[in-house]
Amino acid sequence: MKKAIALVLSLILCACTLTACGEDTKGEGVMTYAEYVAAPTDSQVVVETYVQATRSWWDGKITIYSQDKDGAYFLYDISCSEEDAKKLVPGTKIKVTGMKTEWEGEVEIAAQDELNPATFEIEDGNYVAEALDVTSMLGTAELDKHQNEFVSFKGVTIEASTDADGNEAPFLYNWDGSGEEGSDLYFNISANGQTYTVLIQRYLCDPTTDVYQTAKTLQIGDTVDLEGFLYWYNGANPHITKITIK
Amino acid sequence: MKKYLLFICILVCSLLTLSGCHGSAGLPQFEVPEEFDTGKNYEITFWAKNDTNKAQTNVYKKAIADFEALYPNIKVNMRLYTDYGRIYNDVITNISTKTTPNVCITYPDHIATYMTGVNIVAPLDEIMLDPKYGLAGSDIKFDAPTIDEIVPEYLNECRIRDHYYALPYMRSTEALYINEDFVNALGYEIPEVVTWDFIFEVSEKAMAKNNDGNYLLNNQKVMIPFIYKSTDNMMISYLKQANGGYSTSDGKIEIFNDTTSDFLKEVSIHAASGAFSTFKISSYPANFLNAGQSVFAIDSTAGATWMGSKAPNSDISAEDIIDFNTVVRPIPQVDPNNLKMISQGPSVCIFNKEDPQEVLASWLFTQYLLTNDIQIGYSQTEGYTPVTLKARKSSEYDEYLSLSGTDDKVHYEVKMEATRLLLENTDNTFVTPVFNGSASLRDAAGTLIEYVTKSARRGITVDDSFLSNAYKDIESLHKLDQLNTNTQEKKELGELPSTSVTLITILIVVWCGLIAIFILSKLKEKKQK
Repeated sequence: MKKAIALVLSLILCACTLTACGEDTKGEGVMTYAEYVAAPTDSQVVVETYVQATRSWWDGKITIYSQDKDGAYFLYDISCSEEDAKKLVPGTKIKVTGMKTEWEGEVEIAAQDELNPATFEIEDGNYVAEALDVTSMLGTAELDKHQNEFVSFKGVTIEASTDADGNEAPFLYNWDGSGEEGSDLYFNISANGQTYTVLIQRYLCDPTTDVYQTAKTLQIGDTVDLEGFLYWYNGANPHITKITIK
Repeated sequence: MKKYLLFICILVCSLLTLSGCHGSAGLPQFEVPEEFDTGKNYEITFWAKNDTNKAQTNVYKKAIADFEALYPNIKVNMRLYTDYGRIYNDVITNISTKTTPNVCITYPDHIATYMTGVNIVAPLDEIMLDPKYGLAGSDIKFDAPTIDEIVPEYLNECRIRDHYYALPYMRSTEALYINEDFVNALGYEIPEVVTWDFIFEVSEKAMAKNNDGNYLLNNQKVMIPFIYKSTDNMMISYLKQANGGYSTSDGKIEIFNDTTSDFLKEVSIHAASGAFSTFKISSYPANFLNAGQSVFAIDSTAGATWMGSKAPNSDISAEDIIDFNTVVRPIPQVDPNNLKMISQGPSVCIFNKEDPQEVLASWLFTQYLLTNDIQIGYSQTEGYTPVTLKARKSSEYDEYLSLSGTDDKVHYEVKMEATRLLLENTDNTFVTPVFNGSASLRDAAGTLIEYVTKSARRGITVDDSFLSNAYKDIESLHKLDQLNTNTQEKKELGELPSTSVTLITILIVVWCGLIAIFILSKLKEKKQK
């Protein structure tokens, strides 16, 4: 009998643990992802989310690519000390208070205004998202639903980029080729008959990173797998963090 | 004897301690070498800024290659930025590590902050007039402009506390880019000079919607009739036009005044209705103008290649661009008969180094940036104007202007109109006073507009009480209440306060007394022996 009870209790414990793992319990006054999506722009939001990557800290602010199990939140110029910025490693759980805004189609959380910056506090918890394969969604409205998420594109082709002088190249420093090593690095990919411009954002992945160095070896016609964050600028404009040349 | 030595040592130490109170010596003051040492190689760094415009990068690269061909012992390493703020922050960081660049594109406001250190920025008064290496000097290997061939207003902008610390490089102003079709559709004609009253009136009229919730004017869901890129400039320009206070030349802050309040209340009304917004809130004015989602867009003349249906540069897809006639006008004015528009655009400063030869090499390159090829070449990339009369009066520049509208690239009509606007209004441009902290004041000016606009959009009433609190918070946010005007330059401080005079007199008397007692006691000792 004791063994049976012990077994039942163990099963209940396991079930509870699994449930807890599957759901992301939100603290009091914190929005679920669905509530965040439904919130109007220019309204104050409070979310709990997990850091997936950060841009380099600058001038008392940091920009964070974050995600929970339900969706992603792009956190733009969040007030942050240089010391706290070091704590924002991938997986770190944070509670963020700010204003939901939209900039050229990119939905983000930012400062309410000049006197009320967006803020965060670190909480207990850890989650690192797996890259969602969105290759089949390219060119469809479905892609929009995964804005800012950590995603992958499999077997896409490198297309020529054309600089402001009309020269073709596999990649450009800045959108028109006006930059140099250290600038944002842009390249075009095609899949499902559509061409997209993606970039290595210099403050997310600087020239010392593998992805930046790999991008410099790209050739037109290469087949590649990509991982990155589904950033938006007048349409999908992913920020790439990993390139695997096939 | 030992006592004498001890006394002298104490005296010397005291003097050294006192002299130490005046701060670290820093770099030696730059003095122009008699000869440029061509037998030694110099490597100089040039921090440049472009508007994410490849044509500008090409001009810089060609300038460097041509210069290096003339001076084979000078190598110029360029680092490109697309943001003045980043340059400013990087310079500040590098001042502390003594790794400033040699030559740097910058704004006078920023230079005033760099000058907080000792001999950080090289003064140019002496070298500009040097017979050999000065502007168009006898030993210069290229056709440089003389000092009289630099537009005087622009050269003056580089004068900080009675000394030149930069040379102008390019100049632009702001322009009002208008969708003429929309203005006409609303029943108006565009006047030669648009007033603030006119722009707000037409903008409100553009907010009318049909039964579907679309705007009547464009039959779209989005319409921001009036959008301003630089809200710093918006506030500053209005205050200049309305004779409202901004700051005095020596750094007294005057921006928080009734004229400012009246304007902010007006802005808040149109922000609340949605008739006005800013770049920071909504995005690039050009994107809205070109998509038929704006009537009035204010941006730099150096952004003219992005404005209009046929703009050579665009951030939005071709199918989103509508066809319309673009008219270029001065920014809105308070008094149409007394135009005021801001003078902006990059200048070039030179950082001081241990080796004056290195500074001279930097000066030679800086001077090269004022030659006609560079001035005309760079000005053609956007709605910039050359800063030298030598370039402006050249046949090459005349030809460039005469070909306005003949193509949609180099001679793109909107860009050429923007250029003409500045050429014809050089006398109507102004700059704000430069002092240590003027960059913060400029930020505060923009913050006022942004804060009021965002608050009004959220339904908050912008009244005197709101503004009174905002002024206090913004003054604190930008540390305007802690401005320190210490600089590398000696400042005229006027007469010492009487308490200081008394204290110093007492100190002198006490020291003299002590020395006298000491000497007398020694003499007495000698006599006794």
